[in-house]
Amino acid sequence: MKILTQWLRQYVPALPAAISDHQLAEALTLRGIAVEGIHPLGEGNGHLFEMDITTNRVDAMNHYGIAREAATIYDLPLPRLEAPASSTGAASFRVQIAPEAKHLCGRFTAQVLREVTIAPSSGLVQQYFTLLGQKQISNAVDASNFTLLGMGHPTHAFDLEKIVGGVMVRLARPGERLKLLDGTDRVLEGDDLVIADDEKPLSLAGVMGGWDSMITPETRNILVESAWFDQATIRRSARRHGLHTDASHRFERGADFNAAPVANHLVAELILAHGGHAEGGLIDLITPEVAARTARRPPITLSVGEVQRHLGTTTAPEGITRTLVERYLSALGCALRPAGNDSFEVTLPSWRLDIEREIDLIEEVARVYGYNAFADTLPTPGIVIEQPTAAAEAAVRRRLLALGYSEAISSTFASPQDAAIFSEELVLAGKQGSQGPVPLENPLSEEASLLRPTLIPGMVTMLAHNLNRDVRTARLFERGAAFSGTTSAVVERESLSLGLTGTVAATSLYSAADAPFFELKAVVESLLSLFDAPAATFTSDLLSHATWLEAERAAVTMLDGKPIATFGELSHAEAARRKLRQPMYLAEIDLARLYALPLKRVTARELSRFQAVERDFSFTFAESMSWQTVDTAIRSLAIEELRSVTPTEIFRDPRGVSVPSDHYALLLRCVFQSYERTLREEELTAWWSAIIDTLTGLGGSIRA
Amino acid sequence: MTEPIDPTHPAPNTAPPAANDQGRSFAELHREIAASLATSSSEEFRLYWLGRKQGRLKLLSEAWLKDAPADQRRTLGVGFNELKRVIELLLEVRTPGSSAVPDLDTLPGWSHALFTATAIPSAAKARSTAASIDITLPGQLRAPGIPHPLLETMQQIVEVFSRIGYSTRTGPQVESDFFNFEALNFPPNHPARDTQDTLLVAGQNDRPRPDRLLMRTHTSPVQVRTMIAEPPPLRIVIPGKVHRNDAADATHSPVFHQVEGLCVDTNITFSDLKGTLDHAMKALFGSSVKTRFFPSFFPFTEPSADVQISCIFCNGKGCRKCKHSGWIELLGCGMVDPAVFAAVDQRRAEEGRPTAYDPAKISGFAFGMGVERIAMMQHGISDIGHFYSGDMRFLEQFA
Repeated sequence: MKILTQWLRQYVPALPAAISDHQLAEALTLRGIAVEGIHPLGEGNGHLFEMDITTNRVDAMNHYGIAREAATIYDLPLPRLEAPASSTGAASFRVQIAPEAKHLCGRFTAQVLREVTIAPSSGLVQQYFTLLGQKQISNAVDASNFTLLGMGHPTHAFDLEKIVGGVMVRLARPGERLKLLDGTDRVLEGDDLVIADDEKPLSLAGVMGGWDSMITPETRNILVESAWFDQATIRRSARRHGLHTDASHRFERGADFNAAPVANHLVAELILAHGGHAEGGLIDLITPEVAARTARRPPITLSVGEVQRHLGTTTAPEGITRTLVERYLSALGCALRPAGNDSFEVTLPSWRLDIEREIDLIEEVARVYGYNAFADTLPTPGIVIEQPTAAAEAAVRRRLLALGYSEAISSTFASPQDAAIFSEELVLAGKQGSQGPVPLENPLSEEASLLRPTLIPGMVTMLAHNLNRDVRTARLFERGAAFSGTTSAVVERESLSLGLTGTVAATSLYSAADAPFFELKAVVESLLSLFDAPAATFTSDLLSHATWLEAERAAVTMLDGKPIATFGELSHAEAARRKLRQPMYLAEIDLARLYALPLKRVTARELSRFQAVERDFSFTFAESMSWQTVDTAIRSLAIEELRSVTPTEIFRDPRGVSVPSDHYALLLRCVFQSYERTLREEELTAWWSAIIDTLTGLGGSIRA
Repeated sequence: MTEPIDPTHPAPNTAPPAANDQGRSFAELHREIAASLATSSSEEFRLYWLGRKQGRLKLLSEAWLKDAPADQRRTLGVGFNELKRVIELLLEVRTPGSSAVPDLDTLPGWSHALFTATAIPSAAKARSTAASIDITLPGQLRAPGIPHPLLETMQQIVEVFSRIGYSTRTGPQVESDFFNFEALNFPPNHPARDTQDTLLVAGQNDRPRPDRLLMRTHTSPVQVRTMIAEPPPLRIVIPGKVHRNDAADATHSPVFHQVEGLCVDTNITFSDLKGTLDHAMKALFGSSVKTRFFPSFFPFTEPSADVQISCIFCNGKGCRKCKHSGWIELLGCGMVDPAVFAAVDQRRAEEGRPTAYDPAKISGFAFGMGVERIAMMQHGISDIGHFYSGDMRFLEQFA
């Protein structure tokens, strides 16, 4: 909003020139009447303020309202804008408010002007409009705009000759048509409020005037209208018709009930300055029920003690006194009547519908006093009680970072296609069943029309983003909510996704092609190791429906017979569809379930003082033999001194020479150690033989 | 045997012994022998060259032979043995106790080809090159993961408040109209409730307004949830993800993060709010940062304020970042509106809990800030989209 300092000073003549426009801007801004820009207008013209007024302060969206703030800040008198006593002459014109519209049009004023001259504006109107860059149309139209900018109340001038019979404020008849000033034809609905004549609607009340009754250079007789319309009705109408006008902006936010006659008078005065005369007095129709909740609200009690209880300590030792409270609120237009030592009965101004309660008055006191005049004090500190999962969350995040995975955040939303690919088959606990992804009513796009049912599509998108920019190695994790359920009950589940793409070095056990899988497996195991969890198992049985994972290159981690994580390589079909240049490995982990486990408390065990002994075994097995079978078989020997069994090398010979085809050579290492004694050669030999027998029994053959 | 050489004894040679043996040629050693022969007694000469711990030959063998590559060990060995032979021969021909110096030119093997070459033995040279490291090459490491800069900033903010007694609370991202708007004193037709601003879950039109589900537009619903669940005193800080119906551009994102705080107790005042936020901003941005408060408007606080901090880039002098004002707007705050307390107590009563938020007895303040904006400021990030891309090139800068 644009404000002329010259105009402000006209309203507050006592404002000394010694207070510069810049000082004024600062003072206003610190009181919430924000001046965002100050532009000089040349010698003698003052400045133009670019202002940002919060939506609750519709009273300050005009020059007079801001002048009132200035007068309050500097404790100066503000001359009142007044209309002469109305309804002196006989009503010259028939004006009515339809019974059904009485609560929607709380006040309606009208004034007939005869033999006016339509001409370009002159004087102050011309001067101020030029400085403001405001379009000038004619004295009659400009008068309305000038009054709006000056004191904030919307008015409208009709060409009286275009009005058939009298004027009535009523609800539109559904289907009624009205051509507005912007040239558009509108079809009205039953809750649009209109100002109509005996035949047709003339204007959309509180929003925009009608084309047919507008002022033209030929206009000689005018009906000036100024009214008070209901906020919700105007908001609904304006929105339905896609209109946002200066008038609707003000009515929507609550106009000043008592401003209508003043505004009408000011407009008439401006028009008549170019000739013509008023016919009859001002017609002023009032709906008392509306007056009672706007202009004649019952007073509210304000306690000075409450002011101090809410606002606290000031930097000035005397603090906020009863005198200051009275001065500030009076200047803002309240009428204060002392009620006891501590309190006032405060009658509220008609233009401040935002003030309704004691706390609103306390805010006004704080605002005028100046927020920065309050001291900086600190309340007594509280006792911090962390959320139950805080430690687990921190431990998981720390571990993932330590393992080389970077933290990422992806979109909360998913496309229907991705949801279909990635969610339906999710095997994680709680996600089974018929509950599908949750759609949005007003999504940002089709690609973001669902709440993500899993974090995997976001992870795939982020990895692909990197690949498409020639970043060939990426390790990412995201912690966040995945959504499922119905549109009346949405379930949010804390989930973790892992993504890995790029080269992982081959080892003596794994080829480079398989190594990423085993890295992800190790990450899952590492996360589980933070918790006091039962031993996890890995299975591929539950994956038959997880088509987004490449068959035979994926696994489900089971804890207590229930899945807690799914991981593996993104299916080659999906990778091809997305034109990915290299494989991606993905994991999703049920964090809610993980966090439900207690964090591991370590009890350190004694270290053995006796030497450990390593024994290596080299065997050839058929491809169908799994490590788990080998491992289980050796452990089932229940050798108490067996500390560990690990595969140290796997070898295949594609030519089938050193290792037969469909077989692999496994080098495994057993470590034996006792806590009580040095191991004897005979024991070691016995264990060695037992292990060899066991492995041979599994169908393995010892290698030379 | 008294092994160490007396350090006060004049050095028998001019070259510093041992230190640079890896680069020393046989010819240099040849001259060293001659020099030491001329300036030392027979016993000194023996100790100098053949001493068991500090003798030159011992040091030479360590410098040359021990770690020599296999293919060069032989050449070096030949040279070393020749050196040793010459020294032993000299000790033999030199009369003990006599200071007479034998005629070197008549010594068998003294003019061995190795000794006349001035070049450093190629084997020794090659070995020394293999052992040296180009320290200017980049270091190598399996790099740790990078914490997300946005979440780091969020955690910093939370920790500032944690240190003054604020407990963390979180809540769901899909909220009901009641928690997101109604209990926070938003009027039924407030613009924020519009579909242009808020993402709604589908199919809500037939449901009662308070039950309608939406993506929370701020973390304030957690304030309401916490007050309903817990009586005062409360000091909580609420980090979290929020959503608005904003098209993505350099400074807007439909997803963003907030940290809000709430303090409710007896006698909590506006000056407490000021002091708390002034402290927090100093803790976050440095003790020289100043704050100033402006009246503002939020439905759930009264009085409401916007808080500016003195520009952290120019210390308030005015620069491009602060649009030459010297100040940067950073948070919104205010005293909790009594209507919020009333909504909370009403719900507490409905749930069979005792009412606990009588605005005549208690008061409180709330504040909130956008994490993206602060992180972008801290790190000079110009595009908010980097936070949600998972782009390693972006993240690696924060390693």
